Amino acid sequence: MSRSRRAKLQVFRVVTFVLLGAFFLGPIWFMFEFSTRGIGENSPRTLDAWKAIGTYPDLVAGIVASLELAVITSIGVLVVLVPTMVWVRLRLPRLRRVIESISLLPLTIPAIVLVVGFSPMYQWMGTNFSDSILTLSLAYAILVLPYAYRALDAGLAAIDVKTLSEAARSLGADWFTVMLRVIVPNISSALLNAGLLSVALVLGEYTIANNLLYPNLQVEIVSLARTNAGVSIAVAVASLLFAFVLLVALSFVGGQRGVRRRNRERLVQTFARDFSGGTR
Amino acid sequence: MVGGRRLSLDWIGAVPFLGYVALFLFLPTVIIIAGAFASEGGLTLSNFANLSRPYIISAIISSVILSAVTAAGGAVLGALLTYAIATGNPRGIFRRVLTSACGVLAQFGGVTLAFAFIAAIGPASALYVYLSQHHLDYYGSGVWLYDLRGLELVYLYFQIPLMVLIFLPAVDGIKPQWREATESLGGGTWTYWRHVAGPLLAPAFLGSTLLLFANSLSAYATAAALINQGGPILPLQISNAITSEVGLHEPGFAKAQAVVLIVIVAIVSGLYAVLQRRTARWLQ
Repeated sequence: MSRSRRAKLQVFRVVTFVLLGAFFLGPIWFMFEFSTRGIGENSPRTLDAWKAIGTYPDLVAGIVASLELAVITSIGVLVVLVPTMVWVRLRLPRLRRVIESISLLPLTIPAIVLVVGFSPMYQWMGTNFSDSILTLSLAYAILVLPYAYRALDAGLAAIDVKTLSEAARSLGADWFTVMLRVIVPNISSALLNAGLLSVALVLGEYTIANNLLYPNLQVEIVSLARTNAGVSIAVAVASLLFAFVLLVALSFVGGQRGVRRRNRERLVQTFARDFSGGTR
Repeated sequence: MVGGRRLSLDWIGAVPFLGYVALFLFLPTVIIIAGAFASEGGLTLSNFANLSRPYIISAIISSVILSAVTAAGGAVLGALLTYAIATGNPRGIFRRVLTSACGVLAQFGGVTLAFAFIAAIGPASALYVYLSQHHLDYYGSGVWLYDLRGLELVYLYFQIPLMVLIFLPAVDGIKPQWREATESLGGGTWTYWRHVAGPLLAPAFLGSTLLLFANSLSAYATAAALINQGGPILPLQISNAITSEVGLHEPGFAKAQAVVLIVIVAIVSGLYAVLQRRTARWLQ
């Protein structure tokens, strides 16, 4: 590469990184700035808005509900998906493509469309079964299904499910033991991956909760913004930081380099099929 | 006989999963499609006739324009960023940090994103207060942040990183030898981009743009948090039709709008699949 072209390339790279860096970091920095403002023009920085988070019972209830939903959804989706995927690999290889395309299907259905179908179902469930906010986890599991599937598929592809389970079976293990003591420890990083992604998606979810009229964390943040913008932005920053930590952790879990790389590639491939708008 | 019995038992293992997706993925889909074409008497197209109301037509048009603008903007800016990343050290820590950051930011949307922009450039932001005191009142003709123009800016925040994520593998597939070959045959930078790299990257670029288009078309949460009044885009109209009093009297109306949205997304994803196949053929 000639010297002048290399210099031009360097200038282009620096300008791009600086300008887009400002565009991406600016809004996050200004959220911090906004949430630490005092009352009045030239008052000093204060953490009052952050301290006031606990004084809004509705907000606290929303935070608790979203955390519960995150836990229930991620465990639920793993409990249903892991045995199914293992079983299909062992006994029903013909069904594998079917399970895969079903699991990836939510990537092509916008959440705002799904919620139109959920609406009468949840009305029925509310009168006949339960109107608890935790029933939302049934809908959320559909949203996280593609991401959980891809993460688990990468984990299962890295081990020899058939040999492992046949070895365990020949030593007298029942299916439950095979699952819990042979398969699960071997795909622990994939489980962690799927779990972290599910938690991050559920904590940021607004579309379904808002349209089914359930007050989760994001819905409460929006309704609080009408009365106290500082506090609601403080909570938004906190939830954002939490999601950042989860998603950054994702790029570090997974033991060996190869597994990490495969996980990352799967995640990118999943993004590359996401027509649904996600939680955006 | 034994084989037959075992086969039927094997299928039971897939029942919990299939049962769940039947209830929470297929049933909602059936409810939407059946509801869009159903009336008290039987089949009808009247729900779709209602779509000709002026505010729905204008919402559909605005949605398409918003998606086209943010897809084009996100694709161009994202492609520049992708190229800046791809020309760096492929094993460097800088690249790893940037690609992880894009993975995080592509997911970053909804309420938090809307609030971040309100805090950064909204009418109460430090930036606006400072600039308007110095004769740079960028809301002189109205607060455009809470309008379609605001959405166009805010959507770029997730469109650009999304573009980087899905376009980077294609740009990585470009081999330096191709450039050397072009140069040894006497071609300059323009020739290289016009006749070699450009045509090779074009399907991947167009495909990624389509994905961004669909993503912005389907996005709801950011717009709902940013725009308080009215429903200038289709997802907000769908939401109004589900939750409002009027909508409860016309259950088929929201479903017909949902069908329109899903038909557009299906067309876009079909085109995308075609372009993906072309990309896969050239760049391995």
